[in-house]
Amino acid sequence: MSKDFSLHPELASTFALQIDLLYFLLVAISVFFTVAIVAVIIFFVIKYRRKSDDERPKPIHGSLPLELAWSIIPFFICMGVFTLGADMFFRMYRAPADALNVYVVGKQWMWKVQHPEGKREINELHVPINTPIRLTMTSEDVIHAFSIPAFRTKRDVVPGRYNTMWFEATKVGEYDLFCAEYCGTQHSTMIGRVVVMEEQDYQNWLGGGAAGESMVEAGMRHFEQLGCATCHKSQSGGRGPTLTGVYGEPVQLASGEVVVADEAYIRESILRPTSSIVNGYQPIMPTFQGQISEETLLQLITYIKSLSEAAK
Amino acid sequence: MSKTASHHPALQHYFDDLKQQHGAATMGMWAFLAQEIMFFGGLFAGYTVYRYKYFNAFVEGSNLLPIAWGGLNTVILIASSFTVAMAVRCAQQGLHRSVFNWFMATMVLGLGFLGVKAIEYSHKYHDHLIPGLNFQWDGPMAGPMKIFFSFYFVMTGMHALHMIIGVGLMLWLIPKIRAEKFGPQYYSPIENFGLYWHFVDIVWIFLFPLLYLIGRHL
Amino acid sequence: MTTTETPASPASAGHGEVNYLNHEYGIKSWLLTLDHKRIGILYLITTTMFFALGGLFAGLIRLELMTPEGDLFQADTYNKLFTMHGVAMIFFFLIPSVPAVLGNFVLPLMIGAKDVAFPRLNLLSWYCYITGGTLASFAIVAGGVDTGWTFYTPYSSTYSTGFVSVALMGVFINGFSSILTGVNFLTTVHKMRAPGMTWFRLPLFIWAHYATSLMMILGTPVVAITLLLVALENMFGLGIFNPELGGDPILMQHLFWFYSHPAVYIMIVPGFGVISEVIACFSRKAIFGYSFVAFSSLAIALLGFLVWGHHMFTTGQSIYAGMVFSFITFFIAVPTAVKIFNWTATMYRGSIDLKSPLMYALGFIGLFLIGGLTGTFLSTLAMDIHLHDTYFVVSHFHYVMVGGMVMAYLSGLHFWWPKMMGRMYNEAWAMTGAVLIFLGFNLTFFPQFVLGYLGMPRRYHVYPEEFQILHVASTGGATVLGLGYMVLFVCLVWSLFKGAKAGPNPWTAKGLEWEIESPPTPHNFHETPIVTSEPYAYEEEDVLLADKGSH
Repeated sequence: MSKDFSLHPELASTFALQIDLLYFLLVAISVFFTVAIVAVIIFFVIKYRRKSDDERPKPIHGSLPLELAWSIIPFFICMGVFTLGADMFFRMYRAPADALNVYVVGKQWMWKVQHPEGKREINELHVPINTPIRLTMTSEDVIHAFSIPAFRTKRDVVPGRYNTMWFEATKVGEYDLFCAEYCGTQHSTMIGRVVVMEEQDYQNWLGGGAAGESMVEAGMRHFEQLGCATCHKSQSGGRGPTLTGVYGEPVQLASGEVVVADEAYIRESILRPTSSIVNGYQPIMPTFQGQISEETLLQLITYIKSLSEAAK
Repeated sequence: MSKTASHHPALQHYFDDLKQQHGAATMGMWAFLAQEIMFFGGLFAGYTVYRYKYFNAFVEGSNLLPIAWGGLNTVILIASSFTVAMAVRCAQQGLHRSVFNWFMATMVLGLGFLGVKAIEYSHKYHDHLIPGLNFQWDGPMAGPMKIFFSFYFVMTGMHALHMIIGVGLMLWLIPKIRAEKFGPQYYSPIENFGLYWHFVDIVWIFLFPLLYLIGRHL
Repeated sequence: MTTTETPASPASAGHGEVNYLNHEYGIKSWLLTLDHKRIGILYLITTTMFFALGGLFAGLIRLELMTPEGDLFQADTYNKLFTMHGVAMIFFFLIPSVPAVLGNFVLPLMIGAKDVAFPRLNLLSWYCYITGGTLASFAIVAGGVDTGWTFYTPYSSTYSTGFVSVALMGVFINGFSSILTGVNFLTTVHKMRAPGMTWFRLPLFIWAHYATSLMMILGTPVVAITLLLVALENMFGLGIFNPELGGDPILMQHLFWFYSHPAVYIMIVPGFGVISEVIACFSRKAIFGYSFVAFSSLAIALLGFLVWGHHMFTTGQSIYAGMVFSFITFFIAVPTAVKIFNWTATMYRGSIDLKSPLMYALGFIGLFLIGGLTGTFLSTLAMDIHLHDTYFVVSHFHYVMVGGMVMAYLSGLHFWWPKMMGRMYNEAWAMTGAVLIFLGFNLTFFPQFVLGYLGMPRRYHVYPEEFQILHVASTGGATVLGLGYMVLFVCLVWSLFKGAKAGPNPWTAKGLEWEIESPPTPHNFHETPIVTSEPYAYEEEDVLLADKGSH
């Protein structure tokens, strides 16, 4: 992946140009202030250099209008930049509803990627062009960070929680994928590539190789094998609440609290079931902490999600 | 420069007079206590986060703490705050013998608190509830329970360490009290010790409900 | 500035030769000293040792990064190098340097006190520093620490194999050194000011240290308990930050940055104080907008406690939390800008003498400007997503910490060196050092901004080839920078033996510390000074020590 030296990374996502424009704006502001202040200082040093040792310049104790000016002007510049940055951040934070889901698990020192269709890859991420991709990420051990400079985006990959990021690639090609959060000995080799393909090539790539079971199928298999289905039946009446139509909906807990059954909630309920008991049920579910891998968890969650999609 | 008390043996050479010295000592002590508040504040912040996150486990853990021993210790500490306040008052009035007596009472109460704490810790040891030593908990909430007991031991341990330091300070001050070094003009070491002791007491006043009483329905 | 009733002219009289350096001899007289000036010198020697150690690690890091392959060190060794570079520089050099060296030496002199309020605590603080430093050094010798100076969990608590707990205990104990210094300075400024030294007659150096003391007192204990928890977790597996038990590793980052962001200001704000003194003196002008400069230090200290989350925009913290942290961070830009504008305005119509302390101070303004402005890149939410954990961040904080803080420290060191040692250094060599450091610094760190924007992550032992040219430039700059530090070191050490004797006031500066002998006598002032005029009264005639008898 040898590339020529450049001063500027490639622009390969919908964010890239906007981030770059923001960057150039900030560079312009910085250059302006640096050059202006340094020029003034050099000018003063020359113009007001000490000519004789008896000089006793008249004191100037200050000027309220000047103080106000150089407080208020930078303040408004800052607020402007803040607004631009926050607005952009909002868009970078919220994935479009129709985004394609891909699941990432970081571990010392590799990236494991699962596509919903069942395709898996290591240290590589294949994505179709001009399609919003939403990554749901977690770590098996320490904190990592999934960073794609050409897309101008990154997100920490934290053990014990799901972080998401999204992007839409705009240019076919291969791009650097870095782990940006220090994670131990081989941190700097926890790198890979993101391959952006035309839609058709992507479909061919997905279909190629051994066509394994999809994530939902795998999740269903685990759901049976782990005995979840014994209590969580498809109709109500089981010892545990039914999971059909649960995902994304509010759940009334025994404590009186109402929470939304998102990925984090389902994860927590599998690992530490009694921490949030659904109203009307007994705390009898065993813990699966330490018994299932992060990938299996993601498959289970995908399956539970699919139960809601099917119900709609 | 009028130095009315310039010959007082306790006056350090870099102060102008005892008043300045006393003011500095008091201010320094309050600044020190401010940092103590932040020190325990970090622990309280962490406690709050997890109590919110694992409410059930914290209720369950809290119910394993003996309210009687905790309550007894609360009474002991409040009593010791009274005795130390009396010691400061007597020092201000120059009642050397009483200062000594009140100090000894404070010391006995402080040691009593530590004794009770030791008994509680030994019970935890028998119940396999000490994280890092022999923690064992069967049940789905093993992790959060361990976190609760980690907080219990770090918070009460840090508090007990402050108590031990307090007892050490008393051991350092008692010979000076016997030598009648303190009086109406110079009592800031006694007063500052009193501030320290009250502070340690107040920390317990927060620890007791947070650890022992939380979620307990009487 | 003052009228002091001094009986005789001590500089010329025989007993005037007695100063704090020579009134007692022997190692014991130093190790048990309660004199704030001697404690300042102890700190000077020990912080310099840690600076050299941290610098050595930095040099080795730069050598490794000459080539994209990891051909000089093993990955683990490299990781230990950057960790120990950070720990040595931040906890054992940057945080103590200005307050504990310059602050200890000149703060009591500036306010007309005979010592700090608690000399014993002052000495204890140095022993805490030495004990912490020894433990951290032991961790280095025993096998090193590879967590990064940030000690992020769960890597530090569960996965790292190094001597993490020992290093953490070292930093923990060192924290008390900071706290004790803070308590001491706060009380000293409140209670030990000479008659007539009102709050608004305080030199700005004092205001800066006052703000710093507040941060030291309120911030340090939080990191102390945090690092203690990490150490306990590392040793006993408590679970508080361990996700497998339901703990939250991000909580550690919150607690850590609650201190460590103010810590950035603990490092830089005392530097602001130095710059105010130096610019006023070498422009012979009162500081423009005194109260704005004074209160901006306090504003920065206060706001500094409310922005820790801007280190965590990519952790997945709530989008609204991110916005609040970003917003308040931009707020800090205002008092910082106010300072820079006021310093510039101070030079207007001054009588500017470009001596080495001013050279360093102007270098500070230039580099700190770049450091501060690139800080706004990082506080811009969307921008930070791209730049977080890249070399852009590395470069930004080096511009602030080395370009800002170290330049300010060196400025102050050159400024008060004649006062501390009683000797003048060679001005030409000092200037050479300043210029080399300025150029070397820019050459080292400017390429790293570009590297960061290209996406080069920090703490990388090996890296893609296309980044090599910028890394080579950076290493080249580091060589010049190192050379600059050596010139400076030799220049100052040379002055101790061969330098011309400095009079009480070689810069014709205003301030109480310049009205006493160089080096000062053990008890600083022969009589408590009485302050009658405003600070930086450069328009008034010089008060010379020898003239005082005639007042």
